[in-house]
Amino acid sequence: MTRVPRIGVVTFPGSLDDADARRAIDAMGGQAVALWHADHDLRDVDAVVLPGGFSYGDYLRAGAIAARAPIMSEVRDFAGRGAPVLGICNGFQVLCEAGLLAGALVRNASLRFVCADVWLRVETAQTCVTRDLTPGELVQIPVKHGEGRWVATPEQLDRVEGEGLVVFRYSGRDGVLSEAANPNGATNHIAGVRNDRGNVVGLMPHPEHAVDPDVGPTGGQPLLASLLETALAGVRA
Amino acid sequence: MTEPLHRQLGLRDDEHDRIVATLGREPNRAELAMYSVMWSEHCSYKSSKIHLKTLPTEGEAVLVGPGQDAGAIDAGDGDAIVFKIESHSHPSAIEPYQGAATGVGGIVRDIVSMGARPVALLDPLMFGPLTDARNRWLFEGVVAGIGGYGNCIGVPTIGGEIRFAETHASNPCVNVMCVGFAKADALVTSQSLVPHAGSVMVLYGAATGRDGIGGVSVLASATLEEGAEASRPSVQIGDPFAEKLLIEASLELIDAGLLEGLQDLGGAGITCALSESAVRAGLGADVNLDAVPLRAADMEPFEILTSESQERMLAIVHPSNLDAVLAVCARWGLQTAVVATLVDGGTLTIRHRGDVAAEVPARSLVDDGPEYDRPRAAPARTDPLDPALTPFDGDLTEALRTVLASPDIASKHWVWRQYDRLVQGNTVAGPGSDAAVIRMPGTLKGAVVSSDGKGRFGRLDPYLGAVHAVAEAGRNVAVTGARPVAITNCLNFGNPERPEVMWQFVESIRGIRDACEALGTPVTGGNVSFYNESGDSAIDPTPVIGMLGLLPDHRLRVPSAFPSPGLAVYLLGETAAELGGSEFAETVLGELGAMPPALDLTRERALFDLLVAAAAETVLASAHDCGDGGLAVTLAECAIGQGHGFAVSLPTDLPSHVALFSESASRAVVSVSPVDEDRFRELAAAHHVPAARIGETGGPRALIDGAIDVPVTVLTEIWEHAIPQLLGEAM
Repeated sequence: MTRVPRIGVVTFPGSLDDADARRAIDAMGGQAVALWHADHDLRDVDAVVLPGGFSYGDYLRAGAIAARAPIMSEVRDFAGRGAPVLGICNGFQVLCEAGLLAGALVRNASLRFVCADVWLRVETAQTCVTRDLTPGELVQIPVKHGEGRWVATPEQLDRVEGEGLVVFRYSGRDGVLSEAANPNGATNHIAGVRNDRGNVVGLMPHPEHAVDPDVGPTGGQPLLASLLETALAGVRA
Repeated sequence: MTEPLHRQLGLRDDEHDRIVATLGREPNRAELAMYSVMWSEHCSYKSSKIHLKTLPTEGEAVLVGPGQDAGAIDAGDGDAIVFKIESHSHPSAIEPYQGAATGVGGIVRDIVSMGARPVALLDPLMFGPLTDARNRWLFEGVVAGIGGYGNCIGVPTIGGEIRFAETHASNPCVNVMCVGFAKADALVTSQSLVPHAGSVMVLYGAATGRDGIGGVSVLASATLEEGAEASRPSVQIGDPFAEKLLIEASLELIDAGLLEGLQDLGGAGITCALSESAVRAGLGADVNLDAVPLRAADMEPFEILTSESQERMLAIVHPSNLDAVLAVCARWGLQTAVVATLVDGGTLTIRHRGDVAAEVPARSLVDDGPEYDRPRAAPARTDPLDPALTPFDGDLTEALRTVLASPDIASKHWVWRQYDRLVQGNTVAGPGSDAAVIRMPGTLKGAVVSSDGKGRFGRLDPYLGAVHAVAEAGRNVAVTGARPVAITNCLNFGNPERPEVMWQFVESIRGIRDACEALGTPVTGGNVSFYNESGDSAIDPTPVIGMLGLLPDHRLRVPSAFPSPGLAVYLLGETAAELGGSEFAETVLGELGAMPPALDLTRERALFDLLVAAAAETVLASAHDCGDGGLAVTLAECAIGQGHGFAVSLPTDLPSHVALFSESASRAVVSVSPVDEDRFRELAAAHHVPAARIGETGGPRALIDGAIDVPVTVLTEIWEHAIPQLLGEAM
């Protein structure tokens, strides 16, 4: 019998999509494990998901307080060992605030919250969530955020673009980049980035809300399938 | 000379006398404050109670009727659906963002205090025309407030409606409806849990501050006059993060069986929660105000007692469970305080800094408030022309464009794009659908919800306006294939002290009663919002109906848009020359007319039955309520959804503009696959519903024989861009 990968989903106070992430992981054949912000215990998981929501109300700055939660020291070590870590929406904000990913997420250019199904163009397969995908491929996944506009310093942007650290860009359903297809005004249409090793990924779109065809698109399936495979392959120290 | 204190607090002289008689002495300031909030119109329903009693409240599916924090219906298999609607109009008129945000927070706590997880929000909203800058400010502020709060607590916003009328310029209406899921045997009601003398009351959540003092009496129970901005301190301030923690902690406490009672703190704050909890237990309470965590150290007893600070709950706990309760709250980072002990006798004794600050019979606050049978008088009817009789020689395609661009009809995508409709992962159909559908977790069942108000019809005839509101809400549920089961209502009216308004109210209640009885949808609760007027301008009488329906299998849901070309298009029901109160009369003719369309409740019910039966046999490819804007708008919306055009002929010998824009009730447009047509016709005949085959879907154009010919893409653009354009935003 094949082993079922254990995927930890951290609940911070104010996390909202934690239960949704756990359900999506279970639906994709993984075993979701609830992790608690105040613990120092990753419960022997094979991968960690930082879910969407408004951790600590996003007071101060989105993700800023969660990035300093007790469990984040374990997550940092875990990521440092090359194990897969996925931050979704607020989780992406947390990873940027924690210094694990480049850039920052600021208010949408429209200054309004946006909830919409968007198309994403895959930019690299060298990550824990895109190993089942091919660059240029398109997936449809919803976004829902008020602060999802990815920005970076010129040096960071050069590095992210120069070293192929962009994972997804917002695009039209034909793969063409345009302002109209960019829901938040993100720099270079960037929807998600990775670290050097590709084991840490942050994205604004919500793959956990794109798994079940009864309630929306299914573009999140290959992302979570990739995450489960990466988790099974095991890069844990 | 200054007004006596009781009048400043909104109490009448005879109400003051009643308090003196109850206590056998003059009330002190704190006591007067307590009575003023508990006997306010908002809390006591003193002008509406005798009329609300006439509504049908019982039915097979009703688990919990009016009188609790929310109603509940039986969804089978031990599942319950809890739902309730409330208004937060006055605060929103003063401070739109916080007014709307705290409206969301309040209704969510009502659902939580029933022991249910909030799973959906709907927001029926009414504003003045968007051509006015202040109306735009209110509109954008309310939408941002709903999103800012709702998006942050993990409850999807899945529906509602938005209407615009001049009468809402100074009186926007903000209604908020929440739906929750629970196990029927875990519902928290005054029957299900029995508190004991000696049990303690634990206040948990936010600290108590000076915000929202007198919200129910100062803001909600009087008209807003010039300088109303001065009552801004009576508007509460929301903290959605605290609310999210409150939801999780409360549900955990209930799941663990640690509570003997649970009450949210909303209107009238601690006074209401303490007194209602004590009365439900048949007990009194000894209250220590010094234990209440405060935001300002020097708050006086009356302030603590009537503050409407948000995000607070009151749990009744047996002393043996106290440590466990405090531990759960601590885990969620919530402040707690043991503020009272339940005692035999029925007296509420409020202690503050060594003194008794107030001592009143709990029951006198909750049950002994005044009840009024206020005078009512029908206004003299003017008899304007019936718009259906006015000849119309304008271009009909142009008329359709005008009606589609009307903000009442146009797409509300600009609004709901700002709401998280996905969280919790069960949104089968969200905003923009006739009715929203939420899957019940772990099952195939769908809870189906729609909210509808018909202010313009109500202006012409409040009885018919109410009947139409119930019927349309039911129809919106039925076109999805679900059986309408029960309603909650938010009754939005002007000043009940004016006989014309009271007459409108009583007529509306009569309409709701007749419709609910005929359609088999009892009333499980709701809210009355009076005093929506300023100067001499009252809002249209607008009961907003929140209808709940059930789909045994959400996969049976029928979409509203034409899903493909090559389908037969049927118009169900009969079209009469009824342009009174219609969108066409308002926007094209500029003349509303005398009477709204008639409504035959037997025919309406037959239509519901047909739609439910046809959906169960999966013979409907699509079904859309034929309501606002008439047949022309209904067909246009069916085409816009998926971009499939149609070619139809008008079925009647009415003048074309009447056939296209009449808003006759009890109609729907459905599309049927050719292989299912025979069976569909049989079903329609069996249910005695007229079903006219008017044409077919397909092609890029909206083609109505001899009347309208226009590409669907053109209609789509008009419909989608109308509201952003009014807001000065190009799409």
